[in-house]
Amino acid sequence: MMRALFAALLALPLLAGGALAQPAPSVRGAISAEEMELQRMLQGGRIEGRVSIPDRQSASLVQPAGKEWRDFHNRTLAWVGGVAVLGILAALAGFLGLKGRIRIAGGASGRTITRFSLLERANHWMVASSFIVLGLTGLNLTFGRHLLLPLLGPETFTAISIAGKYAHNYLAFPFTLGIVVMLVLWVRDNIPNARDIDWLRKGGGFLGLGHPEAARFNAGQKVVFWITVLGGGAVAVSGYVLIFPFAVTDIAGMQLAHMVHGIIAVLMIAAMLAHIYIGSIGMEGAFDAMGSGQVDYNWAKEHHGLWVQDVAKGHRAPPPGDARAYGAD
Amino acid sequence: MPRMKFLCDSDRCIECNACVTACKNEHEVPWGINRRRVVTLNDGRPGERSISMACMHCTDAPCAAVCPVSCFYTTADAIVLHDKDLCIGCGYCFYACPFGAPQYPKVGNFGGRGKMDKCTYCAGGPQQDNTGVEYIQYGSNRIAEGKLPLCAEMCSTKALLAGDGDIIASIYKERVQRRGYGSGAWGWRTAYKADVTA
Repeated sequence: MMRALFAALLALPLLAGGALAQPAPSVRGAISAEEMELQRMLQGGRIEGRVSIPDRQSASLVQPAGKEWRDFHNRTLAWVGGVAVLGILAALAGFLGLKGRIRIAGGASGRTITRFSLLERANHWMVASSFIVLGLTGLNLTFGRHLLLPLLGPETFTAISIAGKYAHNYLAFPFTLGIVVMLVLWVRDNIPNARDIDWLRKGGGFLGLGHPEAARFNAGQKVVFWITVLGGGAVAVSGYVLIFPFAVTDIAGMQLAHMVHGIIAVLMIAAMLAHIYIGSIGMEGAFDAMGSGQVDYNWAKEHHGLWVQDVAKGHRAPPPGDARAYGAD
Repeated sequence: MPRMKFLCDSDRCIECNACVTACKNEHEVPWGINRRRVVTLNDGRPGERSISMACMHCTDAPCAAVCPVSCFYTTADAIVLHDKDLCIGCGYCFYACPFGAPQYPKVGNFGGRGKMDKCTYCAGGPQQDNTGVEYIQYGSNRIAEGKLPLCAEMCSTKALLAGDGDIIASIYKERVQRRGYGSGAWGWRTAYKADVTA
């Protein structure tokens, strides 16, 4: 049925064009501009030929896929990005209002244990700071002209956007390096296991279903890790395709790379907003892990009890630095 | 006001590339940038034909729709122009353009893009008409002098037509009726949601 309809649609301009404009198409070759454009629009593909200039991209005469890319950029990406970012902000604000800040149940003990070494923290903040700039300059390309352009005026907005473009291009490199280092440093503690299912079943302790046990990283942190490594990896690869225009692909590949880059990036921004929340205002004691690297002993026991035991028993080398298990631990 | 369009009669185009050369010369377009080009379909096979293609100055222009800094504007003659002082060279207009019209000098980092350049319909840009700064940024402004684009004006077979859409469409239709064939106006369906059936 659909196929018949499709064929009829295709045949329509053929009939009309043939009857009116092309009395003898066989003589001149049966190419009609309208017909070809309609065909390519419906079936995909491009109208391509040969050019005498050394620019392969210019051999494409008409590429209807530009319309789909336009719809993606102006509608899909704007909506997905807007809903994801504003949605997660609303959810976090709601959670904070409802439950408030998660306190250390036993109160601060005053004793600390080393959670992240200097290398781990430095790498985390290299990725984090470049991600924030990459995220803001990226969002600017989709939302800036609706939000900032009316406020700043065209000249100032262009100055900011150009600086943003350079920052986006250059910060791609420390970001990628950091993702690789992160993978090497933390992958062994982020392999999913049976304990994670229990953690997820109990809602991570957020829902009042008891506080599930966790080793160095709980299931939520493992999710953040894999979002960062896999999402960051995909964003990096698609980003390098975009940064070197047409070096490895054609117009269709560039459009696809941009789509992958844009969608994964806005979803990562939403996920990282939740990560930033729980690591700062959302939970007492959590920021110290990436701040000084020394977390309160009670915090560690509540959230990463199995890891504290491991460190105490000496089953794992304490992170570089000095994570000594103290006497009664 | 006229509605300016290009129409390439591919049954007349002989792929001499004079439109390309005239354009480059008139506007002193730098190396690596082609505001206009001639694409040959079915090269060496039956039904071979060549089409001279540049920015078509679309109705509801995709480049303008996706530009993150809104640097495009449309003149009263429906010519789509852009402000190079605002362009950031992101390349989005090239992704959206059906005709591959936007061009970028390789001046950015990583062989990336400088400020976009494209066919201005020989109408310059937002600078004062026919001034030095306008010429450096956009090339000459023949429209302000009351002339039509040079590519079409000097086309030896008059395959490339420029001018008000209704007028050039009627010229084309008359040709098709006289000679009994015509493959249609390339890009018109995509650019103007219109076709030229005689």
